[in-house]
Amino acid sequence: MNAASTPVPPVPETWNLPAKGRVGMACLILAESAIFIIFVVAYVFYLGKDTSGPMPRQVLELPILNSICLLASSATITFAVRALERGAVGAFAAGWAATVALGGYFLFGTALEWKRLIQVHGLTLQTNLFGTTFYSLVGLHACHVIVGLVMLLIVLALTLLGRVRREHAWRTDVLALYWHFVDAIWIVVFTVVYIIGR
Amino acid sequence: MQTATTHPGSGAAHADSHAHDHHEPSFLTKYIFSSDHKIIGIQYGLTSLLFLLLGFMLMLAMRQQLAYPNQPIPIVGGLLSKVLGNDMASQGVMQADLYNAFGAMHGTIMVFLAIVPLAFGAFGNYVTPLQIGAPDMAFPRLNMASYHFFFWGGVVMLASFFIPGGAAKSGWTSYSPLATVADLNNVINGQTLWLIGMVLLITSSLLGAVNFIATIIQLRAKGMTWMRLPFFVWAQFVTGFLLLLAFPPLEAAGLLQLSDNVLGTSFFLPTGLVYNGKQLDVSGGGSPLLWQHLFWFLAHPEVYVLILPAMGIVSEVIANNTRKPLWGYRSMVYAALAIGFLAFIVWAHHMYMTGMGTKIATFFQTTTMMISVPSVIILSALFISLWGGSIRFNTPMLFALSFLPMFGIGGLTGLPLGLNASDIYLHDSYYVIGHFHYVVAPGTIFGLFAGVYFWFPKITGRMMNEFWGKVHWFFSLIAMNLIFAPMFIQGIRGMSRRMYDGGATYFSVGVGADPGILWLNKFITHAAVLLAVAQIPFIINFVWSIWFGRKVDSDNPWQATTLDWQTPTPPPHGNFASTPVAHRGPYDYSVPGAKRDFTPQDQPN
Repeated sequence: MNAASTPVPPVPETWNLPAKGRVGMACLILAESAIFIIFVVAYVFYLGKDTSGPMPRQVLELPILNSICLLASSATITFAVRALERGAVGAFAAGWAATVALGGYFLFGTALEWKRLIQVHGLTLQTNLFGTTFYSLVGLHACHVIVGLVMLLIVLALTLLGRVRREHAWRTDVLALYWHFVDAIWIVVFTVVYIIGR
Repeated sequence: MQTATTHPGSGAAHADSHAHDHHEPSFLTKYIFSSDHKIIGIQYGLTSLLFLLLGFMLMLAMRQQLAYPNQPIPIVGGLLSKVLGNDMASQGVMQADLYNAFGAMHGTIMVFLAIVPLAFGAFGNYVTPLQIGAPDMAFPRLNMASYHFFFWGGVVMLASFFIPGGAAKSGWTSYSPLATVADLNNVINGQTLWLIGMVLLITSSLLGAVNFIATIIQLRAKGMTWMRLPFFVWAQFVTGFLLLLAFPPLEAAGLLQLSDNVLGTSFFLPTGLVYNGKQLDVSGGGSPLLWQHLFWFLAHPEVYVLILPAMGIVSEVIANNTRKPLWGYRSMVYAALAIGFLAFIVWAHHMYMTGMGTKIATFFQTTTMMISVPSVIILSALFISLWGGSIRFNTPMLFALSFLPMFGIGGLTGLPLGLNASDIYLHDSYYVIGHFHYVVAPGTIFGLFAGVYFWFPKITGRMMNEFWGKVHWFFSLIAMNLIFAPMFIQGIRGMSRRMYDGGATYFSVGVGADPGILWLNKFITHAAVLLAVAQIPFIINFVWSIWFGRKVDSDNPWQATTLDWQTPTPPPHGNFASTPVAHRGPYDYSVPGAKRDFTPQDQPN
């Protein structure tokens, strides 16, 4: 009757478990996704329920170049990690620096957009529901980009100091996982805010 | 008696990773900033037990006000009016604001600062790596950060009592817009601190959850397959996923409410909100209902975060003290997984009164009835496990045994609340209070007490006193039932849970006559005092046994099978003398033909 007391097969010869960095990051991504889902739900829930302007259609412009930069950085970081797995530290540094530059440009673009929205259209966090949900959703994503950039910069600095070697590839791989997540979230934010919501 | 100090298994793969531990660490690094899962578990345990006591004391003060409205609180009344001011406790009499603050903080402290950290932080941290045969958690530093986030979250919560306006007063559910307008005059008010504290506590739980899941997936000893995990580990694993997926929405919602309170946004504030005769200066348009959805999307899974680790502890204790394997181990595991899934689609049964429409209400009513099935499976499996066992009635077992009917009562009285027709009548009454306290107080807390008595010898190397343990159990069980059973009667007779004088004014001015339930207020309060007295033997026993308890005569005083008992006592840094290998399932008790009535998991054949 009881599976627990019946004889059990012998211990397997090989005992392979997934890498802890990847498991940990996967869990973190799961939790972060849940947070983003709430912000997206809040945005969609309040879409078009504003009692006063400005409306998304009147003020938002498609951030095409920005998005291309951020998505391209996913490719460069993959290139960099692959290079480090081969032991090509130079190529890694180049790919990593390109990722930082592309991510930095994305942030710069977001800053310009916010400056225009605030100064030209007077849209702030307190103006209306659109302002409230827009700044919190896009701002939450921008915060993740900032956190990612800080970590990328630390690795870049260590690389330039000559501290990063081939055996660190799995760590950069975990960071890359986070960066891909930030990019994937941008696709969702872009679709919801700039395509569906406009 | 056979001892289990031998450690079969091969290799010393972990030896090199512990080479750095041979120097003696300072007090600060050893006990305060430790990254050892056992020290962190003890930190969590002691802190949360203190918070448990504090939450209980808040309740005692509230009970005094309910039983004897507008009379000074004995002993601490004068102190309260001196420390918190006459607005809160005039001449030692509890004012409505203080009652609301204590009520909100009792809930918050008990759930987020006492039971979750005790069940998940303390037992999870201490026992899980031992039971899966791991040297430590997957991310020891993250683990340390988790405790420190928890600690500072607790400090912020405590500090909120002493600022102008007092602690948060909007209930542990913190509904908007009440939570935003309750204390408008103070920029930094109790609600703001509550939200900041919650964000810290949630961050702590998230770090913990990531760590637990990674540890259980990645650090299982060789041969520790999924179906050889002790049920306690399964319970912690599912709990980890519940925390991981349920807490982020509340963190997000907390941040949104915080920006409503501080930055002047209106996520949850409707248009044209008038407070104290003045229209609020916000853009409006937000929906208070959104807060309720976000809150309960966390808070229902939270119920299972509270109960699952207790079920895990009770399973370990019952298997050990019946000297036979758990009946239906596999079904229990699948039931725990089913609970983990269903917990996310029942939340709106807390919101039947918001006018959600019959179709949606029917959906949530159906899922709510469904989730009782896996809970019943686990409970039935535990009951059947008792059948034919040669039961040892020691203190942990007594607590574990009382968990079963107490949780049963709590669960069954929940059914009328899950059916929306009867919930309309019972909503927000004392019936609700009775129901969820039966689940959490004589349910979960008894499970946790069983765990304290059970693992105390492994943690300290000394036993707790059995006689005083049984005294503690006996009077606690009696008092718990005397407290919570009358609440069902009060609730069914129509007593609201929100009246700070226990309904005295309502029944004399409002509806005219006391329907024969006001005397129960006094009865319950006296039972609560009995419960307080019953905890004194526990506190003394606990502290005394740390230094003067009877020393354990072996590393495995309960003759248990799981790996946590196959370590030196107390386990050193790195836990195992040699890397363990799991050769069998977790509960090989009374195996026919074996020399002893227990066969440890790491014993080959």
